[in-house]
Amino acid sequence: MENKEIIIKVNDFLIDEFELEENQLVPTARLKETLEIDSLDYVDLVVIIEKTFGFKVKGEDFVGIKTLQDFYDYIINRVQAN
Amino acid sequence: MNRVVITGMGIYSTIGKNIEEVNNSLYTGKSGIGFEQLRKDLGFRSGLTGIIERPNLKGELKRRQRVGMAEEGEYAYVATAEALKRAKIYEDFLDKNDVGILYGNDSSAKAVVESYDILKEKKDTALLGSGAIFQSMNSTITMNLSTIFHLKGINLTISAACASGSHSIGIGYYLIRSGLQNIIICGGGQEINYHSMGSFDGLNAFSVREDQPQKASRPFDRDRDGLVPSGGAATVILESYESAIKRGATIIAEIVGYGFSSNGDHISVPNVVGPAKSLEMSLKDAQLKAAQIDYINAHATATPVGDLNEAQSISKVFGLKTPYVSSTKSMTGHEMWMGGASEIIYSVLMMQNSYVAPNINFENPDEYSAKLNIAAETIKNHNIDIFLSNSFGFGGTNSSLIVKKIK
Repeated sequence: MENKEIIIKVNDFLIDEFELEENQLVPTARLKETLEIDSLDYVDLVVIIEKTFGFKVKGEDFVGIKTLQDFYDYIINRVQAN
Repeated sequence: MNRVVITGMGIYSTIGKNIEEVNNSLYTGKSGIGFEQLRKDLGFRSGLTGIIERPNLKGELKRRQRVGMAEEGEYAYVATAEALKRAKIYEDFLDKNDVGILYGNDSSAKAVVESYDILKEKKDTALLGSGAIFQSMNSTITMNLSTIFHLKGINLTISAACASGSHSIGIGYYLIRSGLQNIIICGGGQEINYHSMGSFDGLNAFSVREDQPQKASRPFDRDRDGLVPSGGAATVILESYESAIKRGATIIAEIVGYGFSSNGDHISVPNVVGPAKSLEMSLKDAQLKAAQIDYINAHATATPVGDLNEAQSISKVFGLKTPYVSSTKSMTGHEMWMGGASEIIYSVLMMQNSYVAPNINFENPDEYSAKLNIAAETIKNHNIDIFLSNSFGFGGTNSSLIVKKIK
C-alpha cells in the first residue's frame, strides 16, 4: 500500500467515523487540541485501525503522537513493517 | 408539601413517533405489532414483536454523544427532547437550574451480547470500542441523557421490571412533593431487539398468534394466549406547581397519588392481594374514593394469569361498578420497562381529548374480565377528570399512579 493511499484511508475514517471536516485534516493539526480527539476516541481509533489496516495498536503507542502527521507516520511505519 | 404537575410529555413508540401521532393511533385503535422472521430463525417460540424504526440521530447529536447510546437510549433521547420542548425548558434553563432525571430501564442486552461476540472472535477487549460499556449498563439512559442535556439534579435509573417507568414517576413525585427537587425528567425506555427477548420468549409467555400479528395482543379477552414484547421510550416532565407557575409553563395534569407494594410471592406469577394493596395505597395518598376514578389504564399484558388476577384486584377495590378500563397494550404490545411511563402519557392524552382508547381485540370476556367495564371500542366524548394507571412487574413489584386534570 502506498503512503498516499494510507493517508487517504486515514482521512476517510476520520471524516466518516469521527465526523471531522476535510479542511481540518492538515498535517500540523494537533489531535487533542485541534481535532478534539479525547481519551475515549483513542479507544475507538484502535478498533478502526484494526478494521482498516489489520493490525492492533496498543494504547501506549499513542503517547508520542501529537499531530496528524505523527499519526500518518505511525500508521505508515506499521503498515510497511507488516 | 408541593403539588406535583406534568409540564411536558414526549414519546417514541410503536404507535407513533411523537405525541400527535400517538394520540391519533390511540383514538383509532391502531396496532403497532408485527412479525419478525429472524426471531423464528433463531429458535424463538414467537416471532411477534412491536415494530419500531430506530431514530437517526446523526447530525442532531455529536458522535461522542451517540456512541455510548444503546437503542433504548436513542428512543429516550427523542422522547425527552420532545418533552423538554413542550415544557419550554431549553439549554439555558438546564445549565442554570438543578433539573434531575429518574428513568425506568431494566436491561441493555444487545450491547452486552455484541461485545461478547466480538470478544469471542478477536480475543482482545481493546477491540470492543469506547461505547460498549456505556451502552451495556442498566443506567445507560440516565447516564447518556444527563450528559447530553447537562442535568444537575438527581440522576438515577429505576429498575423494577415492568413497573420501572411507573415507579420512576412515583419516586419523582415524592422528591418534588417533599421539596428536594423542582423539576425531574421521568420516564421509561425499552429495547426491542431479539438479543434481549430470547430468555423471556423461553418462558412461553408470548402470544403465538403469528398469522394475525395485530390480533395477537388481546388483554382481558377470553382467548388471549400471551403478551407481545414491544418497546420505545416515554418521558414526562414532572415539576412543582410553584415552579411551573413561576416559569409560565403549561400545566398538563397533576400527579395526586402513588401507591406501591411487593407481592412477596412468586417471581413471575402475579397475585391479587399485592396489586390491590398498591391500588388502595394510591387512592389513600390521593385522598380519593374508588368511585371518583373515571378511567383505569390496566397493566393487563394479555397473559392468562396476569389479566385474571388484575381483573380480580380491580374488582376487589372498585366493586361491581368499575370505571372504564382498557389496556393500551392491546395496541402497543407490552412496553415493559417503558410501559408505566407511556401509559401515563396515553391516559393523559385521553384526558386531554375526552375519549377512552379502545382495548382492541377484546371480543369475549372471561369470568373475571366480565365484571369490568372494558372499553372494547373507542369511547368518544367521555370526560376524564381523574385516572389511575397500574404497572406490575417480575418479582411482584407493583405501582399505581393517579393523575388529575388541572381545572
